[in-house]
Amino acid sequence: MDTQERTINTPDFTAGDALQIATYQVLAQDGTVIPGAVVPELDEAQALKIYRAMVFTRVLDERMLAAQRQGRLSFYLQSTGEEATTVGFAAALDDSDMIMAQYREQGALAYRGFSVEQFMNQLFGNDLDYGKGRQMPIHYGSKDLHYMTISSPLATQIPQATGYAYGQKLAGNKACTVTVFGEGAASEGDFHAALNMAAVLKVPVIFLCRNNGYAISTPSSEQFASDGVAPRAVGYGMKSIRIDGNDVLAVVKAMQKARKLAVEQNEPVLVEAMSYRLAAHSSSDDPSGYRNKAEEDKWRAKDPILRMKNWLLKQAWWDEAQEKQLYESIRPQVLEAMKRAQQRPSPPLEALITDVYDRPPAQLEAQLEALRSHLDKYPEAYPKSAGGAARG
Amino acid sequence: MANMNLLQAINNALDIAMASNDKVICFGEDVGVFGGVFRATSHLQEKYGRDRCFNTPLVEQGIIGFANGLAAQGSVPVAEIQFADYIFPAFDQIVNEAAKFRYRSGNLFNVGGLTIRTPYGGGIAGGLYHSQSPEAYFAHTPGLKIVVPRNPHQAKGLLLASIRDPNPVLFFEPKRIYRASVGEVPEEDYELPLGQAEILQEGEDISLLAWGAQMETVEKAAAMAQKEGISCEVIDLRTIVPWDIETVTRSVMKTGRLIVSHEAPLTGGFAGEIAATIQERCFLYLESPIARVTGLDTPFPLVLEKEYMPDHLKIFEAIKQSVNF
Ligand SMILES: Cc1ncc(C[n+]2csc(CCOP(=O)(O)OP(=O)(O)O)c2C)c(N)n1
Repeated sequence: MDTQERTINTPDFTAGDALQIATYQVLAQDGTVIPGAVVPELDEAQALKIYRAMVFTRVLDERMLAAQRQGRLSFYLQSTGEEATTVGFAAALDDSDMIMAQYREQGALAYRGFSVEQFMNQLFGNDLDYGKGRQMPIHYGSKDLHYMTISSPLATQIPQATGYAYGQKLAGNKACTVTVFGEGAASEGDFHAALNMAAVLKVPVIFLCRNNGYAISTPSSEQFASDGVAPRAVGYGMKSIRIDGNDVLAVVKAMQKARKLAVEQNEPVLVEAMSYRLAAHSSSDDPSGYRNKAEEDKWRAKDPILRMKNWLLKQAWWDEAQEKQLYESIRPQVLEAMKRAQQRPSPPLEALITDVYDRPPAQLEAQLEALRSHLDKYPEAYPKSAGGAARG
Repeated sequence: MANMNLLQAINNALDIAMASNDKVICFGEDVGVFGGVFRATSHLQEKYGRDRCFNTPLVEQGIIGFANGLAAQGSVPVAEIQFADYIFPAFDQIVNEAAKFRYRSGNLFNVGGLTIRTPYGGGIAGGLYHSQSPEAYFAHTPGLKIVVPRNPHQAKGLLLASIRDPNPVLFFEPKRIYRASVGEVPEEDYELPLGQAEILQEGEDISLLAWGAQMETVEKAAAMAQKEGISCEVIDLRTIVPWDIETVTRSVMKTGRLIVSHEAPLTGGFAGEIAATIQERCFLYLESPIARVTGLDTPFPLVLEKEYMPDHLKIFEAIKQSVNF
């Protein structure tokens, strides 16, 4: 692109707020479609699949936070208030499109069919956890479901998504990569590197920013002086859209279109979903120290699950009896799976030294041997590996 | 004297540093109104205003690059990196910039006012990315000082000394004992010397050397050894760079044995540096090989964290082995 063509002869600066991006919205809170709004193609079966995943995620979050409060779980992190975004984006993809998420996207996994057992095995770090009990709760991953295992350092997945998608393009796959991140993470250098490379190299990657207003205690007003994250993509030379992140129809439609651009034109796209983190940042956080209840209540009234339910009711695809039954079936599922996961043994002691390299080098084998004989001397001091449970 | 936990002592040191020098500026992710995720900067914004205590955008590379510029200008930045595990995005600004500012400019410019505070270490069910002890990466880079306090009294005195030291300092805070370590702390302004180890307990048979949260573990092992009739000399290194070679050498010449313990992995860990130097200095005095009790050469695990940690039992076994060599 030639940026030198047009000249002016007066020193007119382009203002930082020259680009004010509007928000795409389809559904009003009462579930009516806003007149004239472009609506996604969504049949009853898929709409209900989305809704069930959203409700499942909400219930899972409630139960697991309670479990954390009871001391059963060391840590938990909810996605309450953002379910329309975290489920809706997955619903717009092919199941083989790679997802590289940040950590608050359990809805996408639920939509893709990660079972309640699989959630629990990771949360409790037992012998069936794919991550072998190495990472904190909520660091899910699934190769079968094309969901890259979460890494805690923020924004590191964003340039990786650009690289992954470039590989998909070279391989001729009709697929894209979607990377999800918070508006806080979008301040990291990795974000900027990722967008620039994606635009220059014409990579089929979708950058989905969940703008939920806060990065732990830092409000977005202290995160950036710009009009959010959406205009930055334009600066890097790519298409960008801002959507109402609590409006599942807007999420699905925008993501369907973004996917088309990525897969058919090799155009990277940025989607900024405006929402609100209704819960605390994590189970270690207390939001009353940095924001007030009135603000939270304002957003509680915009609950994305309620909005979708209202729409489903209007479509006559849903009724209160089905609603009641859905909640009543999920709750015991979660509790029973939790019990089963908690009763399973820890990963074997070998899990300490495997996967550091393809095969443990001699030094690591020796370190494990030394550790084994130490544990044999003091089995009662190491309950996770005592009694052979973790000795495999 | 006041009773404080380690966090309160750090908060108190920052308060005193800001009160006594209006060039001292504290910033980082969530350090403003909220006072930091661990609350180390509580009330500082209230007291000193948004210009001197504030939230930064979420970008460690930016935080330290900004701090370098601020320090070069003559201010005294105290930057917080929320977890030591997240210091790596700022690695270039620390090892290539902060560490070499003075050297490369022939002392025309320096960032001596810079202090980087960051919580480090395991034992908190934090898994891979909330448990690391990255001091050795930085110890390899000339130009940086590295300080690790073990309790509230040390934390206050060492942090005030770090902030006022004319060199860039990395101040690693043992987060496992942030609240658990409580003790008497003088209310007034005081400093503890950088580069000087402290002997916590005199002993005859073996020297035990560690720093930060690991001191508690070493003291526990020393108490177990005591019951078996083994007398341990317990030393807190306090400063990793520059480290107090003299004190450690004197101790090992007396006891003839040394164990160094840290949570970071064995290979390339700072214990290796200490062992090499001490065997050079004390070769003829040594009665057994210098032992290292450390984390494994793996990333930090979650569920098997207890197995991974260099705990008091592992140190106790190493003491017995060394004494019975
Ligand atoms: C590199 C890095 N720095 C700091 C942290 C600590 N941290 C974890 S989550 C978080 C806030 C992230 O906010 P945002 O990206 O907006 O996502 P949200 O939590 O709001 O969904 C911070 C600072 C981290 N994980 N990684």
